[in-house]
Amino acid sequence: MDRIPILRMGGFLLVTIQVDMHDQLAVVLQEDLTNAIDKHGSKGVLIDISALEMVDSFIGRMISDISGMARILDAKTVVVGMQPAVAITLVELGLSLTGVATALNVERGMEYLRRALEDGHGV
Amino acid sequence: MAAKSTLGTALQKRRADIQTMWQRQLAVQGGSAKGRVSTEELDKQAQQFLRAFEAAVLSDKLEDVNGPEWAEVRGFLEDLSRKRVLAGFSSDETATFVFSLKRPIFDVLREEGSKDADRLASDIWEATVLLDKLGMHTVKTFQKAREEVIGRQQQELLELSTPVVKLWDGILALPMIGTLDSARTQVVMESLLQRIVETESQIAIIDITGVPTVDTLVAQHLLKTVTALRLMGADCIISGVRPQIAQTIVHLGLDLQGVTTKANLADALAVALKRTGASISKA
Repeated sequence: MDRIPILRMGGFLLVTIQVDMHDQLAVVLQEDLTNAIDKHGSKGVLIDISALEMVDSFIGRMISDISGMARILDAKTVVVGMQPAVAITLVELGLSLTGVATALNVERGMEYLRRALEDGHGV
Repeated sequence: MAAKSTLGTALQKRRADIQTMWQRQLAVQGGSAKGRVSTEELDKQAQQFLRAFEAAVLSDKLEDVNGPEWAEVRGFLEDLSRKRVLAGFSSDETATFVFSLKRPIFDVLREEGSKDADRLASDIWEATVLLDKLGMHTVKTFQKAREEVIGRQQQELLELSTPVVKLWDGILALPMIGTLDSARTQVVMESLLQRIVETESQIAIIDITGVPTVDTLVAQHLLKTVTALRLMGADCIISGVRPQIAQTIVHLGLDLQGVTTKANLADALAVALKRTGASISKA
């Protein structure tokens, strides 16, 4: 069965969604990602959805859920590269993903995670 | 070719007379109103129309003006309507062009047609129905042409009113002008988000100095745009909030929390520069 690869990069996990998301895939991703955070003790998760062109309310919820789960496991999540059409769809669906950090591209997203990690250590 | 209808015979015999009378009629009724159409042009149009009209009448299909026999007449009238829309004629002035033909035709029918009153009445009735249909067709095309003009202008307005300008590296501004409705906000939102992707800008400033009023719907549209921007990873500042608008927003009980608002574009730019880590100083 299809799986979305989860790459480890230092203390962060990198998830790039390159295929059309369907519900089963999303559920498996949730499971894999939480396991990976636990296994590697990761402090940050970056989800790149720049190739994602379609979303429905389920996928929107999933993104929000993943962020929430990661937070409980003490990892920051940042969603990067959302397409305009996807953003408009989510807003129209009434999903504003409050509490989910976003960034324009992978580079900015990484910068955000690094800074967030430093701030976290400082406390 | 011998005409079967009285109207056809009358037209064949007395076309020149009808034309002269009609031209006089057109001149009297102000067909060339305020010099928008020259008398020569009007005469030429009358001549062209009569020629096409005669040919169509001789085909003896007087009941059905939508048939192929009347295609030329219809085409001429459509062309005329379109020209008159652009020249700024009103719909009644345009319809008068056709209706003013009634008088000359009725006169000729009375002179040429049957001396039998019943016959004459039915001939005149036939002619008036025919001219009414043509007149209606003219008005219909006139209306359609006018709607086309309005539609085109609306489209142009929509395109004109949504310029996204780059203020600084990583800072975009969107000066909104005019009333915001759903259709416009959609276009604005899409073009702004698209530009954000293209320029990889972190901050967008929406300037609402040119928006006359803000009601709940407009505010909702604004908030949607702000949320969409945030989802894409960009920040948004709303600037140009006038005192009255600030009052309205509070009176309406709208929640603009989480949205940075500034009174003018300069303040917004200063905040944006600070956030991107850039600064301007006097040399």
